Amino acid sequence: MPSETTDKNNVTKPAPAGRTLQNNDAMLSVRGLKKVYQTDGGPIEAVRNLTFDLRAGELACLVGPSGSGKTTLLKCISGLMAPTEGQVLLDGVQVSGPPKKMAVVFQEYGRSLFPWMRVRENVELPLKNQRIPKAERDRLVDEALEAVGLSHVPMSYPWQLSGGMQQRVAIARAVAYQPEVLLMDEPFAAVDAQTRADLEDLIRTVWKKLGVTILFVTHDIDESVYLGERVIILSSSPTVIQEDLVIDLPAERDQLNTRSLPRFTELRHHVYEQIQLAKAGHRPAAAAR
Amino acid sequence: MKILKGIGYAVGLPTILVLFWAVATAGEANFFVPTPATLLATFAETWFGDRILSDVLPSIGRLIVGVTAAIIIGIVAGLLIGSVKWLRDLTEPVLEFFRAIPPPVLVPVLMLLMGITDSMKVVVIISGCIWPVLLNTIEGVRAIDGVLSDSAHTYGITGRARIRHLVLPSAGPQIMAGVRQCLSIGLILMVISEMFASSSGLGFTIVQFQRSFAIPEMWSGIVILGLIGVAMSFIFQFTERRILRWYHGLREVENAV
Ligand SMILES: Nc1ncnc2c1ncn2[C@@H]1O[C@H](COP(=O)(O)OP(=O)(O)O)[C@@H](O)[C@H]1O
Ligand SMILES: [Mg+2]
Repeated sequence: MPSETTDKNNVTKPAPAGRTLQNNDAMLSVRGLKKVYQTDGGPIEAVRNLTFDLRAGELACLVGPSGSGKTTLLKCISGLMAPTEGQVLLDGVQVSGPPKKMAVVFQEYGRSLFPWMRVRENVELPLKNQRIPKAERDRLVDEALEAVGLSHVPMSYPWQLSGGMQQRVAIARAVAYQPEVLLMDEPFAAVDAQTRADLEDLIRTVWKKLGVTILFVTHDIDESVYLGERVIILSSSPTVIQEDLVIDLPAERDQLNTRSLPRFTELRHHVYEQIQLAKAGHRPAAAAR
Repeated sequence: MKILKGIGYAVGLPTILVLFWAVATAGEANFFVPTPATLLATFAETWFGDRILSDVLPSIGRLIVGVTAAIIIGIVAGLLIGSVKWLRDLTEPVLEFFRAIPPPVLVPVLMLLMGITDSMKVVVIISGCIWPVLLNTIEGVRAIDGVLSDSAHTYGITGRARIRHLVLPSAGPQIMAGVRQCLSIGLILMVISEMFASSSGLGFTIVQFQRSFAIPEMWSGIVILGLIGVAMSFIFQFTERRILRWYHGLREVENAV
């Protein structure tokens, strides 16, 4: 199993597998993960073999063609689904069910909030369930709603809000939960462009403030380059890692300037090429077994 | 103003019907159809006496006990069967079988087994009322959204918290639809359970009047049944609107799009 990284700035020599870290440095480790769905029409191999590590406090983006098993991977990482082979380690401990330190934001915002609860109750419920005392709960909920700019609608029901606002409620819920790892599955795919830009900046702000480890799944190449410190590119199904790319853009990012940097264009270009290759069925040499 | 309008709508049609009825029966002496005035007089005379205590209230009591038990058992069993796949597969054919049996045919059987007792009548009511609640609850539990369920799971909302915060509210609309059917079946079965070999109760009294050609009295009994039905429906609607306020709001928003 190749596990070494390529030179930091060299984007033309891709690493065939995901970057792994020495023993205690990894917050999240995915090891030889394989998932085969058993269906009536026979087995479907959604994910063939994925190995990578996330350092504590890292913000990594995961891109791949649609159907490449991104959601499958997230479900395995979050313990909602058992992998067929391989394992997921969180802080060195194998994941076998949804871990307490982890929060997930799903793409389907309209279906991930409880429609019978008001915004505030939605954000508060996981904390209540953890028996966090009222005063602290109130503080966490207030802060989270403040952070996503929704302090003014705590008593609304989710379905009274726009799509972008609903997704912000879901983010607030995740933030208030104070996870160590935050997984996001194409969270902005269904919101309009302007809202999306705002939400991207929101994620980076939250990430810097809380120091949380984020794995952000997207099929949007620009988004992955803009957001991440690192972009993991998946091949098409059955999925392996096409490339694990370091995004060496300045830490301070903003929608206008960052996106007009020549380096941004280069990286974007590179990711685009890799995705096209992935779609065309090209597979990294190391995985061509 | 709005309240007045509401009341106007509520009593408008009944008033028209009663007027129509008065006009149609005026001056005519059809033995089988009393005039509103006769009926009103009979009504007071028949029911505002001992019969309230000996027949009406016991019947209503059995109805309430039967329906409440059916709702509680139906929801609890439905939650269980709906959540556990093998239990669902196991019970499905059996449930279909029992549901298909018309409850009135159970009355003689239960009478033999339990005697002509209050419990027998309550069991008759339960045996017919439970199905819509049970089957709707099972369906409601099965239909819980996968994403919502995953969300709850990732936030550690499991076990009792899951039932309380996810399963029950999510199945709420379906359960309430079952409860609505349960109530109307309950009223029918309350009457039927008292018609065989009984010696008291609303159903018994009405049949008794019928047999002795006490026609206005019989009609007044039917009016009582209607009034009980209306009262139940009001209580149901009031409760439903409180419990499912979110659902009606959500539907409105969805329909507006
Ligand atoms: N529950 C399932 N049963 C069977 N096949 C599935 C299931 N979920 C996903 N798949 C298949 O696995 C592959 C990857 O799906 P998914 O993880 O949703 O991809 P992505 O999120 O990258 O679009 C697809 O071919 C899809 O059809
Ligand atoms: Mg997906």
